[in-house]
Amino acid sequence: MIAATVPDVLVFVTAALLIVVGALGVLAVRNPVHAALSLIMTLFGVAIAFVAQSADFLAAVQVIVYAGAIVVLFLFVIMFLGVDRREHVEVEPLVGQRAFAGIGVVITVAGIVALMAKSHWVTGAVAVSGGGAPIVPGSANVREVGTAVFTTYLFAFEATAALLIIAVVGAVLLARRERRRDEMDEATASAAPETEGSDR
Amino acid sequence: MTVPAAWYLVLAAILFGIGALGLLTRRSALIMFMCVELMLNAVNLTFVTFSRTLRDIGGQAAVFFVMVVAAAEVTVGLGIVVSVFRRRNSTSVDELAEMKG
Repeated sequence: MIAATVPDVLVFVTAALLIVVGALGVLAVRNPVHAALSLIMTLFGVAIAFVAQSADFLAAVQVIVYAGAIVVLFLFVIMFLGVDRREHVEVEPLVGQRAFAGIGVVITVAGIVALMAKSHWVTGAVAVSGGGAPIVPGSANVREVGTAVFTTYLFAFEATAALLIIAVVGAVLLARRERRRDEMDEATASAAPETEGSDR
Repeated sequence: MTVPAAWYLVLAAILFGIGALGLLTRRSALIMFMCVELMLNAVNLTFVTFSRTLRDIGGQAAVFFVMVVAAAEVTVGLGIVVSVFRRRNSTSVDELAEMKG
């Protein structure tokens, strides 16, 4: 209906295949390490979709932050805890939980798509048939995003700085308090006075 | 000109549905966190699509903030998972049926 060239369609199909197959892998795979690798596949598919819609900066951040940091954090925790054994997927403690979840999700997705289609994909028929913003050659996506973040959304940016500090402090506290209590338990169990105060 | 925005929106809806299904059916806390990431990525895809369609850079700025919040959420969440695993020796959420530590 709309003139999209063959390479654009191919890029979209590639991104969609990566996204859907990776997401289904996260959903179905038993091994948590394999699930994390499927998640990387999905994240790369989303990065391709970002590039195809000329969000270059976000695509780079997607690969660096998501695939580079968050998934590595997942893998680190999986291997640190040693939970890379299989989950018992066959056991179903709540009867009919999967059926109800599947029905609910299908209804939700169908509702979303129907609502969007009914409202002409929310943007009105003109904008959709126009195909969106033209990619101006030489327009720096990084400059546009940076200008918006540092002027219009400056308060939100500062708030994220505070949020990151709080998250770091919280993670350190969660990991540290537990370890100190274990050490105290060990110290009282073995009654060895030289292990006390070694970490303080 | 790229493909219509509706294709990306439907793709994002499908990705969101898969993430929600995984969140509702899987019981390992780590896998549930991964499914939350899937849902966040679906919303990010929607933001970028509307940013392109409406010619507004604000959508991409919103995705930037979503990524920051997701990173913070994963950090704290995995810290909690590690803390719970030390107590219970399991990451299954079915065994976390009480608030008592």
